[in-house]
Amino acid sequence: MPTLNHYLLVAGLLFAIGLTGVVMRRNIIVVFMCLELMLSAANLTLIAFSRFYPSPNGLPDVHGQMLVFFVVTVAAAEVAVGLAIIVALYRSRQTIYTDELTTLKG
Amino acid sequence: MPLPIFWLFALIMLFGAAAVVLLRNPVASAMSMVASFVGLAGLFVGLNAYFAGIIQILVYAGAIMVLFIFIIMLLDLNTDKKKAPKMAPILGGLGIVIAFTIQLIGVISTTPDKGLPALDLPAAAVNFTPGTQIAKNLSANSLPDVHLIGQSLFTEYNLPLQILGVLLLVATVGVVVLSKKQS
Repeated sequence: MPTLNHYLLVAGLLFAIGLTGVVMRRNIIVVFMCLELMLSAANLTLIAFSRFYPSPNGLPDVHGQMLVFFVVTVAAAEVAVGLAIIVALYRSRQTIYTDELTTLKG
Repeated sequence: MPLPIFWLFALIMLFGAAAVVLLRNPVASAMSMVASFVGLAGLFVGLNAYFAGIIQILVYAGAIMVLFIFIIMLLDLNTDKKKAPKMAPILGGLGIVIAFTIQLIGVISTTPDKGLPALDLPAAAVNFTPGTQIAKNLSANSLPDVHLIGQSLFTEYNLPLQILGVLLLVATVGVVVLSKKQS
């Protein structure tokens, strides 16, 4: 049976992979996808803790799962707004590569 | 969940995530992200979080990734420029990740481990009003995951739920305003 540390290790690795993508990739849509990966890694940690530390009534702790529900919903709203911003950015600059968006560079 | 099945889903998830970062074609990245989320949903189901697993598939793999693929195709990014990758971001990314992984292994190896506690569902039924769906399901030794989350959502978390509704409304209006052609 996998223990709590298995889940924490896998979630940490998923977070690390997402962070690599955010730092390495220049396509802003892929950067955005990697942000979603990092959010999912946090969700996995929450679910693991909710199952491994049950609430006093002997069932999995529902509070952790509620937080996952809220994170997923806010992530959906974030994706909608973020992609609209990317489309607006593409309309005004004709690029979505982060190394070509240098308007703020001194 | 037996250990081999855990590693199966975990490896699907991690390889999918690695493919998101490493593949150059954005559509291929989005597809491997779907695979990654399927593995993650498998892990959720293995942790008795059936509702979370299902919304992971429905919301992420179903809705959000369709939105991503729609935008990728709308912007026509398949003409990916074959520029030589710059070394500084790659070295920076790998450095951060190696430091993070070493720290992670250090923390996990020094924290006490915890095995999976068994769920005694019929014994938990006494905490709920007899005759309700939750008590019936628990007595029948099945976990009424959706009922428990729904009960908590509409009692304890009622105010956050309504704030979330306002947030979704604001996001919808904001997206419409942002995607209108500026004249």
